[in-house]
Amino acid sequence: MYDFEFVKPSTIAEATKALTAEGAQALSGGQTLVPTMKQRLAAPGVLVCLTGIAETKGVCKGDGGLHVGAATPHAVVAREAASHYPALAALAGGIGDPAVRNRGTLGGSIANNDPAACYPSAVLGSGATVVTNKRKIAADDYFQGMFTTALEEGEFITEVAFPIPEKAAYVKFNQPASRFALTAVFVAKYADGVRVAVTGASNDGVFRWSEAEEALSKDFSAAALAGLSVDHSDFISDLHGTPAYRGNLVKVLTARAVAAA
Amino acid sequence: MTKVTMVVNGKTVSAETEGRTLLSAYLREGLGLTGTHVGCDTSQCGACVVHVDGKPVKSCSVFAQDVAGSQVRTIEGMANADGSLGVVQQAFQDHHGLQCGFCTPGMVMSSAALLAENPKPTESEVRHYLEGNICRCTGYHNIVKAVLAASGQDVASVPAE
Repeated sequence: MYDFEFVKPSTIAEATKALTAEGAQALSGGQTLVPTMKQRLAAPGVLVCLTGIAETKGVCKGDGGLHVGAATPHAVVAREAASHYPALAALAGGIGDPAVRNRGTLGGSIANNDPAACYPSAVLGSGATVVTNKRKIAADDYFQGMFTTALEEGEFITEVAFPIPEKAAYVKFNQPASRFALTAVFVAKYADGVRVAVTGASNDGVFRWSEAEEALSKDFSAAALAGLSVDHSDFISDLHGTPAYRGNLVKVLTARAVAAA
Repeated sequence: MTKVTMVVNGKTVSAETEGRTLLSAYLREGLGLTGTHVGCDTSQCGACVVHVDGKPVKSCSVFAQDVAGSQVRTIEGMANADGSLGVVQQAFQDHHGLQCGFCTPGMVMSSAALLAENPKPTESEVRHYLEGNICRCTGYHNIVKAVLAASGQDVASVPAE
């Protein structure tokens, strides 16, 4: 990879300033960005490492639900969120492999917004709030298509606040080589309705399956999905699955998630 | 160039780095500790796994400057003080848990991390934990058997392949 200047600020203010430099790029755990840089698909002049900021790390229960620092590694979320939000903890504990989970972070995952990543479905499926160094963004406004988010130049995530649901489950159809989701569904039942977020299916990245949400809000059972099907016209097509195959998986996995919740 | 200091296998060491110097390159080229292998260089294969502050990470995907000041343990730090093989290394030898040996440093480091977290894992827990370590020779059976043996469990009934 091309060389760059590496900086590791220890406060949000220092990081905000460092990211104003020409060609600056934020780095979190590096499990996606480092391989991308090796392939020279990214060549930042300055890499601003965000894992040294104490206030963006850790898991704690607060007013907005469960607050997870953006620089918290998956392994820590898997452990520390388990008693508060088991579905979120289980999702974090199933990302990649143990070594990846010790480095990869929540903030890095949703800033990248890979269309097959696990975390975007938990954030959207929980109706979470994405907190940045500049503002708060509702999950519904945050995800804007494959590898695209509401983050602006110089903006980085500091934490995500997850409202804690009555019940929830994440069911992932594993792509065993990459350990990303071939397709996966996050279902969460709140007092005011059910949210269903799907990853690994659409060319637009994570999305909410609104017909299923409506049906499950009336009757939270796998049977409620019986007559439904998801529109797969803009689904991902690759050697692992056709759009129709992924469309069927969405329904099957949603039913499994409801049963598991 | 920036001088990076860390504690590797109990010794305080330092070497010059560029921003892009990976922990794997720091260990291999900066310190001459070539036991850490770089297989795929894309964080898929796990041959480069080392422990940073007690946790296994893929050293090919971590910048040396990011982990300055950390406690790092590599395969060179796994032997006993008298130079004899450590318990995980000895189990790999006893149960033929390696053929070409290229993946072995990462396998041993991941296995040691598993046993630190979970001293008596089941066979399925071992297989699950080693998901991020790829071996192209052994078919994994003897690696799993070696890890179970290193945990002090009876492996006489585990079939060898």
